Amino acid sequence: MNMSPDEPLWQWEFLILNRTILFTWLIMGLLTCGSWLVTRRLSTSARLSRGQNLLEVLVSGLKNQIQDVSQQDPGPFLPFVGTLFLFIVVSNILSIVPGYEAPTSSLSTTAALATCVFIAVPIYGIASQGLADYLKQYLQPSFLMLPFNIIGELSRTLALAVRLYGNIMSGGVIGAILLGFVPLFVPILMQAFGLLTGVIQAYIFAVLAMVYIASGTQATHTLSEQPEENSKPNT
Amino acid sequence: MDSNTVIAAVSIFTAGITIAIGSMGPALGEGRALAQALSAIAQQPDEASTITRTLFVGLAMVESTAIYCFVISMILIFANPFWNYFLQATPK
Repeated sequence: MNMSPDEPLWQWEFLILNRTILFTWLIMGLLTCGSWLVTRRLSTSARLSRGQNLLEVLVSGLKNQIQDVSQQDPGPFLPFVGTLFLFIVVSNILSIVPGYEAPTSSLSTTAALATCVFIAVPIYGIASQGLADYLKQYLQPSFLMLPFNIIGELSRTLALAVRLYGNIMSGGVIGAILLGFVPLFVPILMQAFGLLTGVIQAYIFAVLAMVYIASGTQATHTLSEQPEENSKPNT
Repeated sequence: MDSNTVIAAVSIFTAGITIAIGSMGPALGEGRALAQALSAIAQQPDEASTITRTLFVGLAMVESTAIYCFVISMILIFANPFWNYFLQATPK
């Protein structure tokens, strides 16, 4: 049984091509070409093309979700969080295509995505409240909490990576095991369940990234303005 | 029993124990969270979207512990590092 899409398919000297890289580029090409084709001729008339309708629904839905989670203007967060969501959701949904293996079932891809979030949190935080205020947040209750805040930052990145990897990988592995002893119908049900899990995991990844970024951008001034924001998970 | 058999038996047993205990706790926690969220929605149907989103995020966090246990048991069964080491060390 094939556990990981990271095994090399083709090798030329030091260049290694594996399924993770191949399918990642495929998805990137698909997303880029798709949005280029749609945005080539946009119209404001009453009759929209199907592609434009789809993209408008996606973008405005993402904007609303980001607005709800962060209680801020979604503008600066939309490109980053939207890209994360679209990439993960497309890579998970395509797993119904035979021969395809989701790049998110490799720990390298999910670790890379989680690293992007790990880097984006301080960037957005510093951009919105300045370096000193952002760093002060690590000393929040008292300076004794500094190591725990840093550990929390690292461990949530690890959790983000392992959660997505484990969910998508488990779908593939359980499907492969079931194919061994009940080859009829049951693997199809597991595939359908895997599609559901894939979409929910993409949503959760995007929402958690947004929650982390929002907690970095607004931690100091919302404590006085909106006390109910404390109930948000921030670990 | 040679050492390889011992490793195999212990790995399989531990994988079973890992997934059993590791799914019990998150299942209880998720059940509690879901029950609380349902009663909150029943009391305040207007806030259903916020409650559902927070519930999803919370469930994902609870679930990640179960996912760790799953990954560990998969490693124990399919990618056990000690297995390869002792296969090399044992004289054929």
